[in-house]
Amino acid sequence: MNALRRDWLLDPNPASHGQARLGQFYLGWLRLIRNPLAVIGLVIIGLLIFMAVFAPLVATHDPIAQNLGNRLQPPFSSGHLLGSDEFGRDIYSRIVYGSRVTLYIVLLVTLTAPVFGLLIGTVAGYFGGWIDTVLMRLTDIFLAFPRLILALAFVAALGPGIGNAVLAIALTAWPPYARVARAETLTVRKSDYIAAVQLQGAGSGRILFSHIAPMCVPSVIIRVTLDMAGIILTAAGLGFLGLGAQPPLPEWGLMISSGRKFMFDFWWVAAMPGLAIFIVSLGFNLLGDGLRDVLDPRGTGK
Amino acid sequence: MLIEIDDLSVTFGKGRDAVRAVRGVSFAVNARESFGLVGESGSGKSTILRAICGMAPVTGGELRIDGVPLPKRRSKAFSRRIQMVFQDPYASLHPKRSVDATLAEPLAIHGIKGRDERVVQAMTDVGLDPRFRFRFPHQLSGGQRQRVVIARALMLEPEILLLDEPTSALDASVQAEVLNLLSRIREERNLTYLMVSHDLAVIDHMCDRLAVMKDGRVVEQLNRSALASGDVREDYTRTLFAASAHEVAP
Repeated sequence: MNALRRDWLLDPNPASHGQARLGQFYLGWLRLIRNPLAVIGLVIIGLLIFMAVFAPLVATHDPIAQNLGNRLQPPFSSGHLLGSDEFGRDIYSRIVYGSRVTLYIVLLVTLTAPVFGLLIGTVAGYFGGWIDTVLMRLTDIFLAFPRLILALAFVAALGPGIGNAVLAIALTAWPPYARVARAETLTVRKSDYIAAVQLQGAGSGRILFSHIAPMCVPSVIIRVTLDMAGIILTAAGLGFLGLGAQPPLPEWGLMISSGRKFMFDFWWVAAMPGLAIFIVSLGFNLLGDGLRDVLDPRGTGK
Repeated sequence: MLIEIDDLSVTFGKGRDAVRAVRGVSFAVNARESFGLVGESGSGKSTILRAICGMAPVTGGELRIDGVPLPKRRSKAFSRRIQMVFQDPYASLHPKRSVDATLAEPLAIHGIKGRDERVVQAMTDVGLDPRFRFRFPHQLSGGQRQRVVIARALMLEPEILLLDEPTSALDASVQAEVLNLLSRIREERNLTYLMVSHDLAVIDHMCDRLAVMKDGRVVEQLNRSALASGDVREDYTRTLFAASAHEVAP
């Protein structure tokens, strides 16, 4: 049965669009799981998603329930797996619930910034001329600011909060995607297959979205997974500075920020969420590296 | 005359860097004729095809189809009359689109119905097994890819086909197959061909008349009988003939 399904997926003469797509997808999947580091990354991300979805089941305590008699307990003591913080809240449970916030930030940023960047980049690259100049100078202006500083300015203007933090990160994260997409567009826009659709009478919108954008998407996706660590860190940084998530929300950056005060005597309060940020960032980085091999259009078919 | 090209000039770039790829070329192609453009690389023959498609900077002269000058922007109606087969079948198919998607695209653009039947029909017409329908370009051979390119050009049922060295990127055995396919299609559909090649043997096989080009100018126009008898006026044509006669019969 399994072999049958495999044959169906790898059939060189697929009978339908769906089968061809799934077959390509399966080939990519095979290439991805051949790379052990990418698999580690995938497992980390999988665990993060699992933790976020089933947080109430995975966590041992209420993340915001305070117990002042039990404050600053070391790891592996009195029912606190990773210790407790200055209000006696269980750090493990807070990290588990914090994965929801992290995932929320990551999802929102990846749904907005790359899409916007892709749009700007492909339009600039395809039309060229003054449109290119205007859009790319705008991109340069955004790129010229250090990202965290610009995000800080945005949050300061919009007011602190997780939504505004996401908005600020998205507003500062798009320029690299626009650059990548533009570079990719410049390499394909003069190609014969684009000339062929132009000759068929296709409008600019059709050419941009269904012919040029698909060629830019792999590089952008790779860039996104590699940037994901930076996005998480920026969100944590904003949380750390008190401009992102607001207490008592269990956000990892915020947890480090509050643990900083006890760093020398009670190291685990800051170290545990720091470790979580480190592991998740590493996971996205490893996955990004693996995706580079899978999604590179030149690699297809080998 | 179906296609009239009158004193056409194409210049790339401006000022001192300007390259005059085509300099005052005139010729005309009858309906249902197969007309060849021969010349060494860089003689501007492909540029003429691109100029007809509106993909080269025309700096002088006029292009007319059926006596009507071509508008500055090529319209959808233009697409339904004129299509092009590109030189390199590896570069002219979108690497992320299956054969089906490639062939169905012109139908979608022009809102033509009956996608499935038309795609399968087009594939059979160019001698492609319909089982290849959902394959991607990298799963096809060079000859198969060029058949897809030809099928795509025929999807809109044009009356004029511009052929830009349609076989130069293919193996010798596949070349003959593709040329025979092109000849058969022209007969079946009463098409007009404007074909570019540097290979006189190919032009001789395919074309009724031809123009010899050098440095962006037409040196000489010949018909097939003149080509067969070697009845040429210009020295350049003679050199070109000598070179390719050598090539054909080593």
